[in-house]
Amino acid sequence: MSQHTQPVFDPSEVISFNDAMMEKITAVIKKFPEGKEKSALIRMLHIAQAEFGWVSVPAMNKIAEILSIQPVEVYEVASFYTMFHLQPVGKHVFEVCRTGPCALVGSDELISYIQDKLNIQVGETTEDGLFTLKTAECLGGCGYGPLLQCRNQYHEHLTPEKVDALIEQYKSGQIQ
Amino acid sequence: MKNRRLLLEHIDVPGIQGIEVYQKQGGYDTLTKALKNFSPDGIVEEVKKSGLRGRGGAGFPTGLKWSFLAKPEGVPRYLVCNADESEPGTFKDRYLMEKIPHILIEGMILSSYALGANTSYIYIRGEFMYILDILEKAIAEAHAKGFLGKNIQGSGFDHEIIVTPGGGAYICGEETALLESLEGKRGNPRIKPPFPAVKGLWGCPTVVNNVESIAAVVPIVREGGDAYANIGIGKSTGTKLISACGNLARPGVYEIELGVSVEEFMYGDDYCQGIANGKKLKACVPGGSSVPILPHFLVTKTANGEDRLMSYESLADGGFASGSMLGSGGFIVFDEDQCIVRNTWNFTRFYAHESCGQCSPCREGTGWMEKILYRLEHGQGNLRDIDLLEEMNKKIEGNTICPLGDAAAWPVAAAIRHFREEFEWHVNHAADAQKRNYGLIQQPVVA
Ligand SMILES: Cc1cc2nc3c(=O)[nH]c(=O)nc-3n(C[C@H](O)[C@H](O)[C@H](O)COP(=O)(O)O)c2cc1C
Ligand code: SF4
Ligand code: FES
Repeated sequence: MSQHTQPVFDPSEVISFNDAMMEKITAVIKKFPEGKEKSALIRMLHIAQAEFGWVSVPAMNKIAEILSIQPVEVYEVASFYTMFHLQPVGKHVFEVCRTGPCALVGSDELISYIQDKLNIQVGETTEDGLFTLKTAECLGGCGYGPLLQCRNQYHEHLTPEKVDALIEQYKSGQIQ
Repeated sequence: MKNRRLLLEHIDVPGIQGIEVYQKQGGYDTLTKALKNFSPDGIVEEVKKSGLRGRGGAGFPTGLKWSFLAKPEGVPRYLVCNADESEPGTFKDRYLMEKIPHILIEGMILSSYALGANTSYIYIRGEFMYILDILEKAIAEAHAKGFLGKNIQGSGFDHEIIVTPGGGAYICGEETALLESLEGKRGNPRIKPPFPAVKGLWGCPTVVNNVESIAAVVPIVREGGDAYANIGIGKSTGTKLISACGNLARPGVYEIELGVSVEEFMYGDDYCQGIANGKKLKACVPGGSSVPILPHFLVTKTANGEDRLMSYESLADGGFASGSMLGSGGFIVFDEDQCIVRNTWNFTRFYAHESCGQCSPCREGTGWMEKILYRLEHGQGNLRDIDLLEEMNKKIEGNTICPLGDAAAWPVAAAIRHFREEFEWHVNHAADAQKRNYGLIQQPVVA
């Protein structure tokens, strides 16, 4: 419900999933009983996003084809859940928690700091395409805030100094 | 009170994430013994005797919930573990799964045996993808040792556990939304009845339990239901994981014996060690963002002046007028510099963002409340807004498909109930509302 961005749509585009992706997808589908393969959908969206950085319409069409369901069944799911980026994003997406417990320990200030540091607003991507800044609702780390998530990693107890170091580490490829 | 630990007892043992070390500490012994000595119903009996109440928030007795499970012939039954943990203030399930994953796996097998479920699912929030990897590794280890798969330990019981992620949506913590999501759909809660115990996952009888509830089945079966019931206080039996956060000197996850005093938990050396930076306590939300906020003078004492305890009953003492709830155990502490109006706006923004949008009182109501609270917080509100919020609250509460509507309405109602002065101050000092803080409210003098 919460994601209001429209997917970028070019009907002529097709996409193919590489062997490694297909292997993962096949293993996930096998986990569910026959006829209930649709249960693999959310994990397949994660697999696609991990590979391409975001979830495009052709990627969703491909998922629909693999699961033998209508493309709209994939779109409606992808747009419901906030983790899926339906627009291209930077190489590293910082998702900063903005919910109450984190706000009590300085998440609003942290968000402003990152905006100034990267010279972008929430929702934007730096010109070099390296960083996208987003906010997130409670990430389940409230005792360790303020914090942000980037891919599968949590970066907790953040301070301006730690953010500076983090950005350098991402830039230099020290953290992937 | 002694700090009794049943779930986190071995948390500091190096390597406890792996099965070898977990077994050295007695891990899987309970399962092995139970498969020999207990019938499935025998385990349900122990869980009933233990008095365990669901640790996901609602506090419904787990044994009773299990006894409602329909058992039609030839239809599979499922256990689904709710690892969606997204209630603001709560981060205990993540801690448990990350640090000691095998206690959840052992609990899943025991519980599934009790319920007659040959396949069970762990639905974990998508943001915890790294924990999904930890759990899958633990499951593979348990398989290799013969605790999962066919004919476990010669008992004739077959079992598989499958972990599956969400995609970022608080509402998927609500059990029927979770089931929808597990079926690969949008997380729209279902209309109840039918309850999952009759029609759950793919229309089959299903029990949904929180991570901590399922893990607690291990010490319950090990110690016996009666022994477990002796721990804690009254109907708040056993131990509970508390996620302590906000302006505390030592935030983190603590396992407490239910019944420890709030005073000791908040200030004691074994626990949170008081408010950070020597500041004063302003308020506390003791059970996750959905439960009523308490002003400082109702946190460690009830309205009757009795010591407030960390238990289902004591935290609720005084009803909504002067009490709150234990909820999911997300213990959020506010120091004297925090602004209640700002926090109420923040929480309402959360619920507006997370409403699934199916029912108009929730979808529209949370959105409108957020706008009004934004206005108040930013010095653009008027006194009528405060009454308007109260009116809207009453229209949302009880008029929605799932309890998210109530969860959104209650915190606003409680904030106005206890901190009306502070809301009014925001209207009357509009220019200062964002620069200064109102400070502490005074305890009303009762004549
Ligand atoms: C909006 C909403 C969010 C919820 N989120 C969670 C959650 O993140 N984790 C959880 O265990 N229960 C959550 N619940 C409660 C579940 O619906 C359900 O009662 C619980 O998983 C049952 O397990 P238990 O009896 O072991 O507590 C939520 C309920 C609602 C209404
Ligand atoms: S109360 Fe809100 S979250 Fe729950 S079903 Fe209705 S709209 Fe969805
Ligand atoms: S409020 Fe930020 S992680 Fe929970």
